[in-house]
Amino acid sequence: MIRRFASNKGAVIGVLILLIVIGLALSADLLFPRGPWAMVQRPFLVPFTMDGFPLGTDTLGRDVAAGLVHGARVSLLVGLVSTIVALAIGVPLGAVAGFYGGWADEGAMRFTEFFQTIPNFALAIVLVAILEPTLTSITSAIAIVSWPPVARLVRAEVMAVKRREYVDAARLAGLSNFRILTGEVLPNTVSPIIVMASLMVATAILLESSLSFLGLGDPNAMSWGYMIGAARTVIRSAWWLSFFPGVAILVTVLALNLIGEGLNDALNPHLSRKGTA
Amino acid sequence: MRTVLSIEELSIALPKGADRPHAVAGISMKIAEGEILCVVGESGSGKSMTANALMGLLPPGVTVDGGRAVFDGQDVLSLPETERQKLRGSRIAMIFQEPMTALNPLMRIGEQISEVFAAHGMYTQTEREKRALSLVTEVGLPDPAKIMRAYPFQLSGGQRQRAMIAMALALEPELLIADEPTTALDVTTQAQILDLILDLRTRRGMGVMFITHDFGVVAEIADKVIVMEKGIAVEQGTAAEVLENPQHPYTRRLLDAIPTGRLPEARALEPAPVLEIKGLRKVYRTGGGLFREAREVRAVDDVSLSIRRGEVLGLVGESGSGKSTLGRTVVRLVTPDAGQVLVGGTDLAALSEEELRRSRNKVQMVFQDPYASLNPRHRILRALTAGPVAMGKPKPDAEAKARELLEIVGLGAETADRFPHEFSGGQRQRIGIARALAMEPELIVADEAVSALDVSIQAQVLDLLRDLRSRLGLSILFITHDLRVAAQLCDRIAVMQKGRLVEIGAVHDIFLAPREGYTRDLLAAVPGADWAAENRTRGFA
Repeated sequence: MIRRFASNKGAVIGVLILLIVIGLALSADLLFPRGPWAMVQRPFLVPFTMDGFPLGTDTLGRDVAAGLVHGARVSLLVGLVSTIVALAIGVPLGAVAGFYGGWADEGAMRFTEFFQTIPNFALAIVLVAILEPTLTSITSAIAIVSWPPVARLVRAEVMAVKRREYVDAARLAGLSNFRILTGEVLPNTVSPIIVMASLMVATAILLESSLSFLGLGDPNAMSWGYMIGAARTVIRSAWWLSFFPGVAILVTVLALNLIGEGLNDALNPHLSRKGTA
Repeated sequence: MRTVLSIEELSIALPKGADRPHAVAGISMKIAEGEILCVVGESGSGKSMTANALMGLLPPGVTVDGGRAVFDGQDVLSLPETERQKLRGSRIAMIFQEPMTALNPLMRIGEQISEVFAAHGMYTQTEREKRALSLVTEVGLPDPAKIMRAYPFQLSGGQRQRAMIAMALALEPELLIADEPTTALDVTTQAQILDLILDLRTRRGMGVMFITHDFGVVAEIADKVIVMEKGIAVEQGTAAEVLENPQHPYTRRLLDAIPTGRLPEARALEPAPVLEIKGLRKVYRTGGGLFREAREVRAVDDVSLSIRRGEVLGLVGESGSGKSTLGRTVVRLVTPDAGQVLVGGTDLAALSEEELRRSRNKVQMVFQDPYASLNPRHRILRALTAGPVAMGKPKPDAEAKARELLEIVGLGAETADRFPHEFSGGQRQRIGIARALAMEPELIVADEAVSALDVSIQAQVLDLLRDLRSRLGLSILFITHDLRVAAQLCDRIAVMQKGRLVEIGAVHDIFLAPREGYTRDLLAAVPGADWAAENRTRGFA
């Protein structure tokens, strides 16, 4: 499986980019010990004009590079944690709905539809606005708007797997429903869930950036979306303030998408477009 | 007779990393006008690859690397794709195993047939339709005008295969390649399709290359036979030569492995019943709503029967006869609407979920599909011990028993730590049997347990079951669509049709003196029945 993943060039590039981003985020305090908020030079310093400030400074004289590296932490953390929370809601709900069917299914699916009928982003804004923008509230808001597709996916997968004969065999072995679900059915639905999760991290990063852009980010945490949002009034005079964070978002999301696709090909060899023969 | 196709030293290379370098190595054959050549072999023998190579339908990575296939003076294999496309359909036609997937589900049958003409730019629209109608009539589809307007899903399996044949015949091909065209069909339907192919062959004088794994079918229709093993033609000759006097050991093994209908001796059995089914009913309702009547299918309709200790009861019927539903009701994967399933005095049909879980071990099942019946993520040991452990057996005991069972089914104790994908279909079926035995059941329900296997593997698994029956005194409800298989193993046979039990009796009575018309039809439809009967009389002489 690892070999199949490695044979996909895009996926390998994605992993490399992501590793670099993670590395930068982890070493943020070493690289920029003064933090992203410190004013270190005159405002509007053009990139590549002064040593030590390769990406220039913003409207208040803060180092853009420091902002980017520290922002990476927030983006990755929010992306990862909100995805885990979304999985924690979506997987059990979808599994129960798909496995037991009947009223459990009806109830779970109507509940899911309730969330799906409200536009994602609008719901996230409302939640953050009500809860006060902190990292926790942003993360939970993103998780709350992104679990429904997980529940749907898991439900469909479980419904397909539970008709396999080995599930009948487990039933004949006298296993309880719970053990059949957790021991026989769910492990066989893992691959599409992993693929979806990798893509969800990317969407979560985008959502977080969009919220911060609108000024709904955590005021105590530097993030890419906040940087772009703060720079939008001066976009004509200081292009680099919104350009570099934008590139950072683009590259990270692209990397995650490449990984997701690589995982998809590696975990579902039958669907891969290249003939394996 | 004019030769239609002559294949000379054809070799097909497999990509690197496959289990052998060549799918087909140096095959030669000739098909004359009006002749049926049967290509026989087990799965993986390269028989379908040969046909696909002729049609230019080889999967990516597989290439022809030697030999010629001369059709009408030119080598088909070296023709450019455009030339080959002209040949395909118009002069060489092909029919497939699964007619549902080979027909376009969104097009009416009439349109699909006329499209063949349209694709080759022949005739006007009205002429095309007229010809399509006459083809539909020719292949014996009932009510041709109505069939023309029907969609594929509205036809039965046999009717779809007839529609496929009509499409294949549209341009009056000189060669028809039939790749296991009857494998997915019931015996009675299979017999009709074979008759149709024989009839068309004489009327149109086409050459037919008929690919099959079933020597019964060969006995029924073949003029010439070529037997393939692992890409090599091990034997060829006229049908009579190969069937009566096989030279190569592989052919002999295949022929021996076919259930010939040689009947086992009746055995004495103790009268105590292991299973008693009384008045069992199961009705499936589909569709329906406020304004529409629900469609009812009586899958099992008032069936009563019993199985004695140590007895093997064969449950035979065509698809849709309710035999699988009956089997699943006995193990209670399906809860019946009415009736009793008495196993050792307890009525399984009436138990609650909790009580049922404790009594699960009494009846176990061996499933049809050896690839779907084992969890791909669990080691064999876990598959064999999950049940006993859930029944409260200590884990070390269960593991020791599992290893012992693996020995009994002929796999060896050391296989316990492997994953299912490391085993072949036949081996997986042995694991399935071991899993059923691990629960120490009173009765095993085998639902088409050997149907998905090659004949030689099938014979081995049947041997195993026979051996277990005598060694462990096993009682088995053996569900199958294949009367020949049932005859090999069973003490008694029950015939089902449309949910009802038509006839039940000792194997000898059912085979030699069937009382019901339906049983007689089934017996007559078994491919190679006459040939097998001949063998039987010779066997007795």
